[in-house]
Amino acid sequence: MSTDTDTARIEEVVYSALEEFGAEKADIKRDAGFEALDVDSLDLAELAQIVEDEFGVAIKSGDVEQLKTVGDVIDLIAARA
Amino acid sequence: MGQRMSARPDGACALVTGGGRGIGAASVKALAADGWGVAVLYRGGREAAEATAAEVIASGGTALAVSGDVTDTAACNKAFAEIEEQIGPVLALVNNAGVRADNLALSIDDDDWDLVLETNLTAAFRLTRQALRGMLRARFGRVVNIASVVGPRANVGQANYAASKAGLIGLTKTVAAEVARKGVTVNAVAPGFIQTEMTADVPAAVKDAVPARRAGRPEEVAACVRFLASEEAGYVTGTTLYVDGGLAA
Repeated sequence: MSTDTDTARIEEVVYSALEEFGAEKADIKRDAGFEALDVDSLDLAELAQIVEDEFGVAIKSGDVEQLKTVGDVIDLIAARA
Repeated sequence: MGQRMSARPDGACALVTGGGRGIGAASVKALAADGWGVAVLYRGGREAAEATAAEVIASGGTALAVSGDVTDTAACNKAFAEIEEQIGPVLALVNNAGVRADNLALSIDDDDWDLVLETNLTAAFRLTRQALRGMLRARFGRVVNIASVVGPRANVGQANYAASKAGLIGLTKTVAAEVARKGVTVNAVAPGFIQTEMTADVPAAVKDAVPARRAGRPEEVAACVRFLASEEAGYVTGTTLYVDGGLAA
């Protein structure tokens, strides 16, 4: 189980990556969908690598297909970290 | 909209595989002259690679000769780590290492097929995949694949080599399309008959088929590599630049 601090750190990394990909900061929320944020499959592949480097959590391409919102990614990392 | 040409980050490193000799060595020198720190990856020719690096250093540039077989993933990962620690992030990759094992298709055995495809094509893919990580993060990257006029064009006795080089051109186009919006370009250079050790056994009569009526020099290929790796070439991607004296024209 992750602590709240861990979740905050995961959120920070994910939000900052999404912002780097060009998503509007104000739109980046847990329930925001990747499509609405204009985050595409290459961005998600890049995010998976950032997450792997930062948290040692592997997100496989099969996982990526299931991830629809920012919260989905955060929850998946938190569950595996 | 109104996006500026993205600048090459300071301390960027260009990695040239098979960089000790021929087109690779000429590319190392051209990239160093353009301000890149250059890593010279070599397998067999340690002395040649070190001499190439020493020449760059003597001219005031930064270069490092690193041992590594491109078909050995673990060795490449180790070489990457060493290069990034000693020079900087690899933001240009020149997939130049290549081998030939010529024969008529009827007589190419599995080993000679695998050797050429592994070295010329699969290794280029693996290194590109590795280098893209840092390039995407940096929003700047240049991949230059040294293909060949053989591939797009037939050459009897080189089915394996032609397949590997045509494959490189296909790889170039698709990866270019995938990463274009991240400031990373992927291009190929297709040399024709270039005077190097690798072509020393090619009969001189071959050059009669070249409209320019002469063999090319490694420096003439390297100049194209330097351009494709430059900031100025930021809008050139997915293309193949022939350096062949008109052979493919």
